[in-house]
Parts: sequence; structure tokens; C-alpha cells
Amino acid sequence: MREIYFRQAIGEALDEEMARDPTVFIIGEDVGPMGGLMGEIGGLYQKYGIDRVRDTPLSEAAILGASIGAAITGLRPIARMRFADFLGVAWDEIMNQMTKMKYMFGGKIKMPLTMDALTGAGRRSAAQHSQSIEGMMMSIPGLKIVLPSNAYDAKGLLKTAIRDDNPVMFFEHKYLMWSGPKSEAPEEEYLIPFGQAEIKREGSDVTVVATAAMVTRALNAAETLQKEKNVSLEVIDPRTIVPFDKETVLKSVAKTGRLVVFTEECQTGSFAGQVAAIVADEGFDYLDAPIKRVNAPDTPVPYGIVLEDYWIPNEAKLIKTINEIL
Amino acid sequence: MAIEKEKLNWMFRTMVRIRRFEERVVREFADGNIPGSVHVYIGEEAVATGAIAHLKKEDYIMSTHRGHGHLIAKGGEPNKMMAEMFAKKTGYCLGKGGSMHIASLDIGILGAAGIVGSGIPIATGAGLSAKMRGTDQVTICFFGDGASNTGRFHEGINLASVWSLPVVFICENNLWAVSVPTTTSLNVANVADRAAGYGIPGVVVDGMDVLAVYEAAGEAVARARNGQGPTLIEAKTYRYRGHFEGDSGTYRPQEEIDRWMKKDPIAQYRKKLLEMKVLTKKQAEDIDKEAIAEMEEA
Repeated sequence: MREIYFRQAIGEALDEEMARDPTVFIIGEDVGPMGGLMGEIGGLYQKYGIDRVRDTPLSEAAILGASIGAAITGLRPIARMRFADFLGVAWDEIMNQMTKMKYMFGGKIKMPLTMDALTGAGRRSAAQHSQSIEGMMMSIPGLKIVLPSNAYDAKGLLKTAIRDDNPVMFFEHKYLMWSGPKSEAPEEEYLIPFGQAEIKREGSDVTVVATAAMVTRALNAAETLQKEKNVSLEVIDPRTIVPFDKETVLKSVAKTGRLVVFTEECQTGSFAGQVAAIVADEGFDYLDAPIKRVNAPDTPVPYGIVLEDYWIPNEAKLIKTINEIL
Repeated sequence: MAIEKEKLNWMFRTMVRIRRFEERVVREFADGNIPGSVHVYIGEEAVATGAIAHLKKEDYIMSTHRGHGHLIAKGGEPNKMMAEMFAKKTGYCLGKGGSMHIASLDIGILGAAGIVGSGIPIATGAGLSAKMRGTDQVTICFFGDGASNTGRFHEGINLASVWSLPVVFICENNLWAVSVPTTTSLNVANVADRAAGYGIPGVVVDGMDVLAVYEAAGEAVARARNGQGPTLIEAKTYRYRGHFEGDSGTYRPQEEIDRWMKKDPIAQYRKKLLEMKVLTKKQAEDIDKEAIAEMEEA
């Protein structure tokens, strides 16, 4: 089977959905001739034209506000927001408008709006270009959140996001976009539904729930632990933060009795905390050890190689924590 | 400017209906029947009426927290509006939204901006949608002097101007953003002066004179429909009551309130219609009685 990079997954998903549905259009900064920050949507502007691949002024609130207006009047916008960190500028559009309008209007409108943005650290982009804010966004009712860890998942999930009639936040981890490994992906179209976690590695001793760039690190740690201590990790990738597939995780913890949640988020207010709370509540009887969370410290992301690498949760920190609960 | 009699009558009836609706809302709110808060349009009726007189059912409006007037002018049914405010299932939003969030896409009402200024880029989006879908729908975006100072005012209008979108931006400048007067929040005489910054026409109009609003709005709507892009209209108007019901409004001088009430849009228009022999005194009274009865029903 052919292999694609994460960036290609994005470009292909958008191309296929634009071809399939004429109401789909792309709006954002540098989406046109530049083809996206990393050229991930190169060619789409030439193929679909200036009407459907729209460069905008530097106005995040207007980009999202206009996307909302277009979405409720029959179109299907994909608002490309560049960096998750920039969403602060249009926070009202997310917190108060797109996620609440359907409810406030008694369910009588559709809001088929997809936002995508780069997330995460590892590219030395420092504090305002490296955050993971899914924990913050998760607490806004009415928003689906997608966080793929590889190219194959990214493509199928992005297509599903675009076809969803509700607002979806699609995160692309910038490290995966720049340097992630390839995935096998068929030529034929495929979609991945939301709310379906995937067991990336089966195991029996400890359940590790990991997201985005932490999935690969968890798999690395699993290799090490298997070889060195004959400890078997089951690595689960939720793929969608909202809706969250708790059943798969609970089933796993019922088997292993131990849970570590391993994400790149600052620990406080994180998705990791929510997973821990759910399992502590609904999987209490399965647990043989306290639930552990391995996350970034509650600080802004530092600049530089040494500091940023120290900040990002890694294999060593995960292994150390697992050893504490064995 | 020759306006058909039917339209002249519609405008009078609409303003009276808005006034009577809002007066009833004030009463019901005071009696404790409407939860939350309401912001009534009393005094500003001419703006919604004169502008929306040019719109078809398929055209869009984006309203505000002070939006009952816009809704009624666009065809909102008083009983469904009232029900919504009473949090009843039979309301426009099944009782889940309340006064500030009434929407009905079938009659082109995109909702109201509960967060001041949020409606401006959304209206731009509706304009974008109409243009992309190739229809001649026009969007009128209402907002106040307060909103004109938000970032979204700049972003939304700028975007509409560079893409030449069919949107008419109408600032209902009633001189007060809750208790903050425009004398302390605007460094220019007119909000409409800012239109120059977007390369679009900026028009100042007497918001108490429905025919003046009608004329200015007519030009702007025609421009939009003909693909000539957005316009910024500033209607100088005034709200007789406080920002919300229960706001004593003591921050405004009584002399100012009295001065504006003397220019009451309904009174001056009624006088004009009687002079033009479009209406008789009895017809005017009947229209008023009907409106009161309609709102009683609602």
C-alpha cells in the first residue's frame, strides 16, 4: 500500500471533500497561492479557484465570524486558523457563537463549520506558537475536538469533520506535520468516525492513553519496557477528545488494572484530568494502583532546544511513572 | 421620492406594532412574567422600519440584544416572540434562547448578537454566502454605538469591504452604551466617518425620521443588490427607557430624554401621513387599536 505524510493527509482530505461537495470552501490566511503554511494544501487554489480557496486579511474574529454566517446560510466552511494559539483572538466566536447558536435557537439551524490549526510543541516555536489547548476547549459544550496521531487517522477524521453538521476543531500536531513518519493509506476514500478510540498496541499490564505526538513516544516506551522488564503496555489513542470513547479505555483498564494518561498538555485543566476522573469514577473496581497523569508542567512552553525538550513529556518520564505503579 | 401608499401604511403600522409590543413587554416584565432581562426598542422604531421596508423574505438581518423591533419589521410573529421570552416551548427557539437569541432562518432572521459586536462578522459571512451562492440576497446588520468601538466592527466591515459583499451595516447610535456616552467613547463626530477607512459610503441619517431612514437604506440596499458592496449607515436615534428594563437610567439628563421624545418617530410620521392625506385620523387610531389587541393576544 502507498504511504503518505501527515501534511499530505490534510491536503488529500480537503481536496476530496471540495471535489465531492460544492458548498465546501476554505477560508483563512495564506490558504491561496501559498497553499498553507507548509504547502499542505498546495494546488487547491489553482484547482478550485479564488472563490472557494479564500485568503483573508489578518482578522481571526472575522474569519470565524464570517464562517459562522456562511455555515448557517447553506455553505460548509473550513476555517484554517494557522496556530491553535491564535484562537484566542476569536475566542468569542468559538465560546459564545458557533457552539451555542444551535442550542439557543432551539436546534433550528445547522452549523457545519470545521476549524483546523497547528497544535503542540517540539519545533522551538516558543510560548505563543506551541500550546495544546484541547483541555480548555473541551469545557465548551457543543464543540467536537479531533486530535489525530498519524497520517492515516488524520485523513479519515478530517473528512468526517467536514461532513459533520456541527462545529469541529481539528488539530494538526505541528511536529507530526513537519517531521512525522509516513502512514500507509489506501487510494480509495475512507472515513473514520468520531468517538472511536484505537488500540495502537495491545498489552496486559498497564493501559496508557496517549494523544497526538505522545502516541509514538508511548509506543517507544512500550518497546523498551517489554524488552527490559517484560512489562506489557496497552497503548490507546482516543483520536477524538470530544466525543471521547470511554468504553474502550474502561475495557482496557478492566484488563490491566492500571492507567497512565500521557499527553502534551499542561496538567491543570487538561483532557488527561478528565480521563482520569472518568476512570476513577466508572472504573474504580478495576484499579490496582492510583491513576497517573504524565503531562507538561503548568508553565508556558519555553524557547530553545534544552528547555523545550525538558518541558515536553517523554519516554523517560512515562517509564519512570509506570515503574512507580507496577 | 414617491413611495407607494401600501408601503407608507406598512411603515406606520409596523412602528405602531413595535411600540405596542414593547410597551406590553415592559408591563409583563414588571409583573415578573419574563425571566432574565429585556432591552426594549422604544424610541428607535423608525430605524428598523425604514431599513427593513426594503427587504424581501429571503433577505437576511442580523439583530442585537435590543432587537424586537428588527424582528417584528422582518415578519417575526409577536406571539412566537412573546412565547420565547416567556421561556415557552412554543417560542421561536423552543424557549431555550430568550429575548436576546430569537432566530428564524425561514424569514431571514439570523439571530441577535448577545455579545455586542459579534453579529458584524456573522453578517459579513451571510453576505459572503449569498455572493458565493449567486443569489441577490442582501444582509442588513444592525448594531449600536457601543459595538462600533469593538474589534469586530473593524474586522467584519473591513472584510466585507475588500470582498465587496452585499451587506448594509446600520449603526443605531442612541448616544449611550449602557451608561457610557458617545461623548467619551468616540473621538469622531459620527460613527459613519469611519466608513472612509474602509473605502465604503458612510451616511448619517436622522433615525427619528422613518422616511429619511427609508431613503438612505434604499440606496444602500440597491448598491448591495447590484454588487456594489457594503455601506455604513449611522442612524442618530434614542432609547426612551434604560438600557435594560429595571435600569433607572439616572446617568442620562432628563432634559436630553425630553428633547428626544419630542421628536418621537411615530408621532412625527403620523402627522406627516395625515398631512399627505395617506391616512385619516380614524385609520391611524384603528391601526393603534389593532396593534394593542394583537399584542394582547400575543
